[in-house]
Amino acid sequence: MLRQIEGSRAVAEVVSMCRPEVVCAYPISPQTHIIEAVGRKVKSGELAPCEFINVESEFAAMSVSIGASAAGARAYTATASQGLLFMIEAVFNAAGLGLPIVMTLANRAIGAPINIWNDHSDAMAVRDSGWVQLFAETNQDAADLHIQAFRLAEEVSLPVMVCMDGYVLTHAVERVDLPGQQEVDSFLPPYVPRQVLDPSEPVSIGAMVGPEAFEEVRYLAHVRQLQALELIPEVAGEFAEHFGRPAGGFVRPYRTEGAETIVVAMGSVLGTIKDTVDALREKGTAVGVLGITSFRPFPGAALRDGLAGAKRVVVVEKAFSIGFGGVLSTDVAMALTGLSIPVSTVVAGLGGRPIMGKSLAAVFVDADHGRLGELTFLDLRKDLIDKELARMADRRRSGPTAENVLRDAQSVLPSLT
Amino acid sequence: MFQVRIHGRGGQGVVTAAELLSAAAFAGGLWSQAFPSFGSERTGAPVVAYCRIDDHEIRTREPVVEPDALIVQDVTLIHQVDLFAGLKPEGYVLMNSGRSFEELGLGDLVLRLPRDHMLNVPATELALKHTGRPVPNAVLLGGLAAVSGVVPLDAVRDAITQRFTGSVAEANVAAAQEAYDFVKNEEGVLAHASPD
Amino acid sequence: MTDDAPAIARAVGTGARTTPGDSPVGQPVKFYQVGSFAAGNRLLDEAHRSVQSTLGRTNSLTSGHRACQGCGEALGARYALDAAMRAAQGRMAVVNATGCLEVFSTPYPETSWQIPWLHSLFGNAPAVATGVAAAYRAKGRDDVRVVGQAGDGGTVDIGFGCLSGMFERNDDVLFICYDNEAYMNTGVQRSGATPPGARTATTEAIGREPGNPFGQGKDMPRLAMAHQIPYVATATVAELHDLEAKVEKAMSLRGARYIHLFVPCPLGWGSAPHDTIRLARLVKECGLFPVFEAEHGEVTSVSKIRRQVPVEDYLRLQTRYRHLFGSSEPGGSEGRPDIVERIQRIADANIRRLGLLDETLDEGPPPDGSGGGLSDRAAAGVL
Ligand SMILES: Cc1ncc(C[n+]2csc(CCOP(=O)(O)OP(=O)(O)O)c2C)c(N)n1
Ligand code: SF4
Ligand SMILES: [Mg+2]
Repeated sequence: MLRQIEGSRAVAEVVSMCRPEVVCAYPISPQTHIIEAVGRKVKSGELAPCEFINVESEFAAMSVSIGASAAGARAYTATASQGLLFMIEAVFNAAGLGLPIVMTLANRAIGAPINIWNDHSDAMAVRDSGWVQLFAETNQDAADLHIQAFRLAEEVSLPVMVCMDGYVLTHAVERVDLPGQQEVDSFLPPYVPRQVLDPSEPVSIGAMVGPEAFEEVRYLAHVRQLQALELIPEVAGEFAEHFGRPAGGFVRPYRTEGAETIVVAMGSVLGTIKDTVDALREKGTAVGVLGITSFRPFPGAALRDGLAGAKRVVVVEKAFSIGFGGVLSTDVAMALTGLSIPVSTVVAGLGGRPIMGKSLAAVFVDADHGRLGELTFLDLRKDLIDKELARMADRRRSGPTAENVLRDAQSVLPSLT
Repeated sequence: MFQVRIHGRGGQGVVTAAELLSAAAFAGGLWSQAFPSFGSERTGAPVVAYCRIDDHEIRTREPVVEPDALIVQDVTLIHQVDLFAGLKPEGYVLMNSGRSFEELGLGDLVLRLPRDHMLNVPATELALKHTGRPVPNAVLLGGLAAVSGVVPLDAVRDAITQRFTGSVAEANVAAAQEAYDFVKNEEGVLAHASPD
Repeated sequence: MTDDAPAIARAVGTGARTTPGDSPVGQPVKFYQVGSFAAGNRLLDEAHRSVQSTLGRTNSLTSGHRACQGCGEALGARYALDAAMRAAQGRMAVVNATGCLEVFSTPYPETSWQIPWLHSLFGNAPAVATGVAAAYRAKGRDDVRVVGQAGDGGTVDIGFGCLSGMFERNDDVLFICYDNEAYMNTGVQRSGATPPGARTATTEAIGREPGNPFGQGKDMPRLAMAHQIPYVATATVAELHDLEAKVEKAMSLRGARYIHLFVPCPLGWGSAPHDTIRLARLVKECGLFPVFEAEHGEVTSVSKIRRQVPVEDYLRLQTRYRHLFGSSEPGGSEGRPDIVERIQRIADANIRRLGLLDETLDEGPPPDGSGGGLSDRAAAGVL
């Protein structure tokens, strides 16, 4: 049914239709609307049987989810940013144990300086945790990916994280086609665990593994990710058949035919990029875009296929590895090994800075003219950087950088945008 | 694409206004996207919300920087926020005030925009009268429907009754209706005052 | 204000015409709480005046912050920290957990803090404070005192592990919990300090037990006492003298100290901003929030209830409890008198356990203020 609905609400609706049996989360912006809505459904009896547990920290939230999942329940949680970091030990643990927990990550920057707005630093920080990481482009996508997430997670016994941009998606009210309960039920069978705490068949889960087998167990986790790599397009295909619209999969090309410059990105910024691509195409600039839905497992082959015809690739990403450069772009460059297609990184939208089509267009045109450097920070205020660097050179006790920069920024920036 | 920026203060239902507007557009078969300015501000702080309306899918995630219409729920923001930044030359302005634009010190704005695109509605008073609460958001949407025609009043009414129930919904619908009539009446007066 | 009127008249009654509002040096002091119990002390002689009524107060959390109107946390922080600053002779640093207080006080590049202040994370303030104290000790700066502070969430939930560790090690930190009974900063979700029956965004007023369930939640002051730390006290923003005396007492000691301060939140509770002080007073007068002190695990004084009120008087002022009371509209709900009754029983149990009413008076310390009887003094009508 078509609804005009907030992204968080849409996710809550769909997650409920997936019939989680234990939902345990700890509030953090911008995830709150999701868990509040699921909580209401549990309390009103609309979602039953389901235990909704209010805990004292994210570490507890993920730990409860681990316990629930190991005991055979379908478990769901959601978090963001500091919350993800606070639970990080349990995040790795859940993946190591092979528990098919589904978690929404309402992507938000990581402090310090504390910042509640959107970027992808949180997701990138757990890139190597063993979780499957799917990125939503729209709220329709976010809703659909959650249904696929439970299917995927349970089939390969791996936890799945659905990443949706905080505020940009979670708080945006837009059109979403919500499925019916029967539709979801017939797509998502009840959870049958591979390992379960069952008194009638006792097993030990999570014991110590020494050097004699650790590498093998780790390798098997990698194998399961590779299995997920096979399963993702299958599930996406089945989903499209079942629900009548495409969602999921590895990558999504848009106007890449004949494109000399192909932009690669993940998440909601793809919408703005597509508008920009349309505008540039109209002016004759041969640019296209390839959106990545599955970041882990990384669809290297699909990416290679999708980018093989390009003269150059520009990766727009909302995170970066401090002291090095792009995170996603490193993976993209790996996928292109041997093709001698140069990859430029554009870091954009950190901490919620709006990514404007105009700025993107300028960068893409630069790329088209072969003028774009290896690493660009979109709309970076050089003047502010220089001022602070000068201040630091000038005196030892220059004070908290964050405060200094903000003071400079406010003295010249208009209050809007 | 028609883009609306709504200014107000925390507690005045600014975000709800944008959401209601988007729901009204949706009810009319259009595509629409409403989103807040994502602050971490508390009651009384300046807040901005946006709404885009179009007849096809809206993909961009930029904030609205060049609005076609501005709704100002609290005129005390005039001296605090750059309210009119980026407003299109043919844009609409709807302010919650019983005073004229000149009295508010916005004479130069009057010169910039088409005269019948700017209106003041005493929305807080209307809200108080109908709902007993000083929340002007739904009222101003009635006004926007009248001044811009971007969504019909019926759709605003539907959006309100879907969001609220019982007497709250009824009171807000009545308030929006009165704002609509008020604006239509003002427009009539303006049309006579400036026949060019 | 109806039932406050006689009480205020009482407070203002004595000597009402002696230089009201004049400070020791004859300049007007800025009073934020005129017409409430909080600033009644301006009519007292200098020795009995609160820190807040002196010109020398630090204004640790100064004006310009972005808290809501009537925010009890903003008030409580200034009261407590100004008193601590006086006791520390201005040599103090504060570590703040994430939460409303942190956010509304520091809209960078502006800050309302006039004291050294550090925010790290939501769940680690006690440990960070331990680190700050250790550094001062290592540098031979034992004179600089350290205060850690957090909301109830940062204290009883996510920060509890760190706090318990800090207590157990008896680190030299005064930790203050500003208890507004929920996670306000993220939009009013339940915490481990949310009382039963209260509606929050994660304990909606639906189902068999509307609002927060009974039988959950932590009694943090008693948990602190169980750590046998040198000093534990509870206080509310309604009783300024009592609060300041407790802060001063805490600052006179070394080792781990804990003050649990009750701070109403108009936004999260759905109460009128002008009722903040009234609610803080009512919560004590109905017995739901016992005001007491403890040293090394033993209760040393309690603040008596002056005029007991039913819990209903307190609950009715807050929309978070609205579902407990029927509506008069046709077809409106009956409310849940059974739940109000259960809440009353909690208050009654507190009163019995701590002897909060005079009839049930156990041998308390002498009312002259010696031996930790400060709350008794407050209760005896100094305010
Ligand atoms: C690890 C982590 N989880 C969650 C959050 C989000 N968060 C910030 S403040 C807060 C609640 C604060 O509640 P409390 O401590 O009671 O302080 P209050 O805002 O009520 O004063 C939450 C959940 C966070 N910052 N870090
Ligand atoms: S939400 Fe509550 S605690 Fe936070 S600033 Fe407002 S009144 Fe204070
Ligand atoms: Mg709190």
